[in-house]
Amino acid sequence: MAEARYPRLMLALLLAPALLWLLGLIVLPHVELAVLSLRARIAPRVYETSLAQYRTFIEEPLYWHTFVRTAVLSVLATALTLLLAFPIAWTIAKIAHGRSRSLLFVLCLIPFWVSETVRTLGWMILLRESGVVPQALVALGLAATPPELLYHDATILVGLVYTSLLFMVVPLIGALDTLDDALIEAAYDLGGSGADILRRIIIPHAAPGITAGCIVVFMLTVGNYLTPTLLGGKNSLWFTEQIYTQFITRFNWEQGAAFGFLLLVLSTAIVWAGLKLAGQRFGDVMRRT
Amino acid sequence: MTAPPGAPDLETRAIVKRFGGHAAVAGLSFAVARGSFFSILGPSGCGKTTLLRMIAGFQQPDAGEILIGGRAMAGVAPNRRPVNMVFQHLALFPMMSVAENVAYGLTRRGVARAETARRVEAMLERVGLPGAQARRVHELSGGQKQRVAIARSLVLEPTLLLLDEPLGALDLKLREHMKIELKQLQAAFGTTFVYITHDQSEALVLSDQVAVMNAGRFEQVGSPQALYYEPLTPFVAGFVGANNRLAGQATAVNGDIVELVTPQGLVLRARRRGSIAAGDAVEAYVRPEVALLARDAAALPPGHPVLQAAVDSLLFDGANSAVLLREARTGLELRVALPQTGQFADLRVGETVAVTFDPERAVCFRSGAQGG
Repeated sequence: MAEARYPRLMLALLLAPALLWLLGLIVLPHVELAVLSLRARIAPRVYETSLAQYRTFIEEPLYWHTFVRTAVLSVLATALTLLLAFPIAWTIAKIAHGRSRSLLFVLCLIPFWVSETVRTLGWMILLRESGVVPQALVALGLAATPPELLYHDATILVGLVYTSLLFMVVPLIGALDTLDDALIEAAYDLGGSGADILRRIIIPHAAPGITAGCIVVFMLTVGNYLTPTLLGGKNSLWFTEQIYTQFITRFNWEQGAAFGFLLLVLSTAIVWAGLKLAGQRFGDVMRRT
Repeated sequence: MTAPPGAPDLETRAIVKRFGGHAAVAGLSFAVARGSFFSILGPSGCGKTTLLRMIAGFQQPDAGEILIGGRAMAGVAPNRRPVNMVFQHLALFPMMSVAENVAYGLTRRGVARAETARRVEAMLERVGLPGAQARRVHELSGGQKQRVAIARSLVLEPTLLLLDEPLGALDLKLREHMKIELKQLQAAFGTTFVYITHDQSEALVLSDQVAVMNAGRFEQVGSPQALYYEPLTPFVAGFVGANNRLAGQATAVNGDIVELVTPQGLVLRARRRGSIAAGDAVEAYVRPEVALLARDAAALPPGHPVLQAAVDSLLFDGANSAVLLREARTGLELRVALPQTGQFADLRVGETVAVTFDPERAVCFRSGAQGG
C-alpha cells in the first residue's frame, strides 16, 4: 500500500495545509510586523532601524496605562468567567443526565449562533439609558431617572464574561466528566466536607481543564476589540483599540506593529505566570484537553 | 465511639428502600455482631448495593432504622458516621501520594501533623506496605492498592468497615490471594467487616456469617457451613455452591425423607426441608460431590437406589473436576464430581456408569418455598 511505503510523504501531505496556514498567516505577518515595529520614519519614505516605537510606549502614560488596565480587566474577566462557568459545568457534567444534559449544553451554545456584533448590540439595547433594564428599574421604583448602564468597566466585564463563558464551560465539562464519582463519595465517606472535597479532590483533578479554559478565555479577552469598544464606548481604553487607532486612524503602522508585539508579549507573560502559579505545564494542559 | 456495651455493631430494623414502585430493599432486619466478618451474598440487582449505600449514608431508607454501634443513624451524613467504605474500584485519590491518601481522614478530623504521620506509618506497616508513604497510587499493583484502600479506612478506627465487592476488578490469581489477605487483615484488626459480593466462593471463604439476599430480602442468614449443608430455601440451595436441581412431584413422605418422581418418571429420595405433603410440586437438590460414581454398580455402597447413566461430557478442572451424566432411561442430566483418587482419570464420553446418593445428604423443598 502507498501509505505504508511512503509514510513520511503521507504525513507531510497531511500536515501541509496546517503548516502552510501557520507559515503564511501567522509566522510571515509576524516577521513583517517585527520588522515594521523596529523602524522609525525620519522623512517621507525614509526609514531607519530604531526602538523609537517602544520608547513612545514607555514615555506616553496613556499607552501603558491602557496596557495595564487591559491586563487587569482581562484577568478579572477570566476569574469571573471561571467562577460562573464552574457551577454550570458541574451541573452539566455531574448532575444532569441524558436529555437534560444535552439541553443544558445547547442552552450554553445558543448565544453563539448569533454573531458577536449582534450579541453585543443586544446588550446595548438592554443597558442603554432608554433601554430595557434602566426603564424597568424606573418602573419598579428602584431609580428616579433611568441610569446609564453602558460605558462602565462593569459593563465591559459583563460583556466579556458573557462572550467567553462557553470557552470556559467546554474544557471544564471535559475535565469534570472524567472525575470518578466514587472519589467524591470516598472523600465524603472519609470525613471530607464539601469545601474540602472541592479543594483537595475536584480542583486538583480539574486543574488542566481549568487552566486550559483560563488560557483560552484570557487570550480571547485580552485580544477582544468589539465588546470593550461597543460596551465601554470611546473611553473604554482597551489596548486593541490603541492598535486599531495606530493602524487605521493614524496610519502609523510602525507604532501599531510595536503595540501588537507588546500585546503578544503581555499575554504570553501572563499565561506563563498563570501556569507557574497553578503548577501546571503547558504541554500537559494541551494534551489533556 | 461510645457504644452501649453489648450492642451489635450494626443493626437494621425493617429498612425499606423503593425506587419507583420497585422495592430494592424490602423490610430488612438483621444484626451484625462485634468483630465479625459478615457477608451479604446475592445476584446483581438483589439490592445489596443499595443496602450498603444506606448503611454508609449515601442513601436514606424510606422506612425503618439503621443503628451503628447502638446509635440511630437517621439524619447523620456519611462524613459523620463511624463507618468507612472500601469502594468497588477502590477510589484511591490519584492526585495524592499513598501517605496523603491514608492521612486524608485524619487530617479532616484535625489530627496534628506529627501524630498523623505516625499513625499513617504504623497503619502502612500493619497492612504490609512499610515505607510506601511517598509512592504514587498509579505505581501500585492491584493488591497494594487494595491494602492502601483498607488502610485509608481502618486508620480512622471505624466501628464498621463496608466493602463493596473490592475483589471484583482483580484477575483470578490475585483475587484468590487477596481473599486470604482480607481474612487475615480482618482477624488482625478485629474490626467488624460488612462485605457484599455476588461471588459465593468469596462469601464462603471469608465470612463468619453470610446473608443470602434475593429480591430485596434475606433468604437465609447463617454460617457458610449452614448455608451449604442446610439451605433453608430453594434459592439458597441453588445459589450457594454447585447443585443439581431436580423438579418433580412428591409421591410419599416418610418422616424426613420425601420420595419424588420427576416428569420423566425417575423416582428419587431426598431429605425434607420445610413442610411437604404427598402430591406437592417439589424440587430436590443434589450436590455434585454427594453423588457417588462407579463403573460397576456392585462397587457402590448398598442401600440406596442406583441409576445407570452415560457420560455426556467431561469437565476437567483439576480438583474441581466433574462429569455431566445422562440417566439411561429418562435422559435426566446430572452433574457429578469426580473423586480425587484419580480412579476415573481414564473415563471417556459415552461410557456407562452407575450413580447413587444418600437421600439424607440431598435436600427437597416444596416449589416456591420462601425464606423466613
